[in-house]
Amino acid sequence: MNVEKLKSAHKLLSEYKYELGKIDKGYTNRTLYVNLSNNEVKEKPVTQLMKDKFIGGKGFGLWYLWNAVTPETKWNDPENEIVIAGGPLCGITQYAGAGKSLVVSLSPLTDMPVDSNVGGYFGPLLKFSGFDALELQGKADKDVIVFIDGNTGTVRIEEAPLEAVDSHVLGEQLTEMYAKDEADKRNIAVVSAGTAAEHAYVGLLNFSFYDVRRKSIRLKQAGRGGIGSVFRDKKIKALVVRFAGVKGNLNNPADQGTLNRTGIKFHKEMHDFDDKQNRMRQVGTANIIEVMDQYDLLPTHNYKFGSHKDTYKISSKVFTKKITQGMADGCWYGCSMSCAKAVDHFELKTGPYKGQKVIVDGPEYENAAGLGSNCGIFDPDAILELNFYCDTYAIDTISFGTMTAFIMECYENGILNKERTGGLELNFGNTDAALELIHRIARGEGFGKIAGLGVKRMKEIFIREYNADPDFINDIGMEQKGLEFSEYMPKESLAQQGGYGLTNKGPQHDEAWLIFMDMVNNQIPTFENKAEALHYFPMFRTWFGLNGLCKLPWNDITPENNKYTDEPAKIPEHVQNYVDIYNAVTGSHIDKYELIRQSERVYNFQRIFNIRMGKGKRINDRIPYRAMGPVTVEEYLSRQERYDGQLKELLNYDTEGKTTEEKMRTLREYRESQYEKLTDAVYKRRGWTMDGVPTVEKLKDLGMDLPDVVEVVKKHI
Amino acid sequence: MKVLSKKPELCIQCHACESTCSSTWFKEDNALKSCIRISGNEKGDAVITSCTQCGECIDICPVEAITRDKNGIVRINKSICVGCFMCVGYCPELAMFMHDEYIEPFKCIACGQCAKNCPTGAIFIEQE
Repeated sequence: MNVEKLKSAHKLLSEYKYELGKIDKGYTNRTLYVNLSNNEVKEKPVTQLMKDKFIGGKGFGLWYLWNAVTPETKWNDPENEIVIAGGPLCGITQYAGAGKSLVVSLSPLTDMPVDSNVGGYFGPLLKFSGFDALELQGKADKDVIVFIDGNTGTVRIEEAPLEAVDSHVLGEQLTEMYAKDEADKRNIAVVSAGTAAEHAYVGLLNFSFYDVRRKSIRLKQAGRGGIGSVFRDKKIKALVVRFAGVKGNLNNPADQGTLNRTGIKFHKEMHDFDDKQNRMRQVGTANIIEVMDQYDLLPTHNYKFGSHKDTYKISSKVFTKKITQGMADGCWYGCSMSCAKAVDHFELKTGPYKGQKVIVDGPEYENAAGLGSNCGIFDPDAILELNFYCDTYAIDTISFGTMTAFIMECYENGILNKERTGGLELNFGNTDAALELIHRIARGEGFGKIAGLGVKRMKEIFIREYNADPDFINDIGMEQKGLEFSEYMPKESLAQQGGYGLTNKGPQHDEAWLIFMDMVNNQIPTFENKAEALHYFPMFRTWFGLNGLCKLPWNDITPENNKYTDEPAKIPEHVQNYVDIYNAVTGSHIDKYELIRQSERVYNFQRIFNIRMGKGKRINDRIPYRAMGPVTVEEYLSRQERYDGQLKELLNYDTEGKTTEEKMRTLREYRESQYEKLTDAVYKRRGWTMDGVPTVEKLKDLGMDLPDVVEVVKKHI
Repeated sequence: MKVLSKKPELCIQCHACESTCSSTWFKEDNALKSCIRISGNEKGDAVITSCTQCGECIDICPVEAITRDKNGIVRINKSICVGCFMCVGYCPELAMFMHDEYIEPFKCIACGQCAKNCPTGAIFIEQE
């Protein structure tokens, strides 16, 4: 790799020198602001108000974005920002999953704020370089790299014309270029997108870390919501941070001993129970593929079904064999869960890198389900190839899976045909067509350009241009608020329908994942129970994003005595661990109740931000019927016994002599009414009006009655 | 390979080894800073905990700060260590230690000082 040649083509646009700081109890108390339109670089103080009300991470991101945009701002306006922030716990090395960055921007898919939680070393190294957050605004004329040297206190904006755009190449080039030598490569972290993000709305960001054993970069993804598309629209080729000298005490925590002991207790738990529980260290999140299939939850053929006879071909056992075992696969130091699995020496069969042997970061469960079963693809190598190209091209695997499944169903229903797709026979299970589609999305070519806009835009186009039946298209297009559903089949779990639908940023599983509690364990039978879960869990899970944490170590392993505790679903001992490490770092004295209130402040703020952008009300919380029940006769018949039984038991409806269509209509009325009742209960529990607007009383109670915020709310009550 | 071997049945739990170890390495008589620990089981019999140089921690370390030296001793390079303490949680012998005052873990490197001060020969350096 001739990085000297690439580097010599760089043109320095701006250089900024800053004083190296010292972190105090998890905060540097500074933000780095970069404007790409005029190359302005400056420091901004992190205020006490920000720390009190927003904590850090996505809280900081949402606050900066709120102040940067107006209700009229679009994703590709220069004033839109990309904010990257860790949080007070980001960068601790003792507790698993503590190196996360939270990325916030106005989304091209949803036209409102989105936040995405991502691993890799950028967040921690940014903080050790002196900044709690990086705020990027404006648009560059030509491709630029923003380089932060955290050891010399230098920020540079450099024009960078020659480097690759696709992340697996660009990440290596920049790691090589900015590291002093091989040993220094671990001190470099790169944020980049890929060629697809230049054409599609589903662009993601890759965050790198250097894998000292593989001697290669690894990529973790801020996948959801199209932030990579914003990044390339701003003509940012990459962000690079360099910081040498990571130690376990750089956050200057108030109580290092408690931090160490709490971390060690968790590491020991992983050591003792992971092999018996979830096998996160062997196969990562892919461990649940066959479990989802077994419980009829694995999205199959665009969420029509929840299982498939061929699932065994893509089971966790298959991927366990493909993943290189025994590597230290944490995406930040100290992650004993180590779920960042990789397949080494994978030979690509298609596309511009055909024949090359690459590292595939994954597959995670979502990829196997989205790229696999949901598209009717049960070939593990095809899933890995799609996974690789999604990452390097910067396409969100979840959105790609869900939109390709949608395209396939449209193809099978005659809404699309070969003429419209440019010759691609996009039937369920056509691996070659799916792979060719991804390359066309990356090139922004023909139907690939349309597909890359996501399900919401495709629905509009198919109705307008192809005369598609709007009712059918809206029933089967698995998006809400513009974001594609993640990969769980929620049809048979009302609580998970709420978990997807009653969310801030659209249907993802960051906020609530209640399928097991609801369906498998039947722990939340009443509306009130479900509403309580749809209050507590989204708030609890929001907290990870305020602090720079990963949520997986919370419940992907449980202590031995968990089932004997008063609230096993909450994993009380782990909740206490988080209270303990938060207090240990920041010197605060919060308890588990204040933890929830910290989240509530930001959660309600985000809801009001959505409302300010013209979304975020009851009408926006509706979900497509495919998420609630059988849209087609084929789906009804596949579960006829269950549906007939429910009609009889729950509605006292005599199914004898009724046509399937009649039964479907009755079931639909019932299920839609259930969702409305759930919505009522959840809004009530969250302290919102029946239109989904947080009340002024609620804001006052939370201490979140900031004048700007109250002003927005008053317009909608 | 040199290791610190043990015969717990000879141990009289005098804790001289802990004093020697912590004094040698941390200049302080403090059992919590010792790389060898003496405790009793339910029956009151002595349990001696110290590193067997098995090396499981080598693969656990995310930064390759733990390596085996040419004499077979598993050593921690403190300048590379990032203080994650995964090695402490993953040690099958529970013989990797943390003390609040230090940001790196510590372990027995079979220096043999404790064995010299053991009055009963319950611990001794052995070539494996």
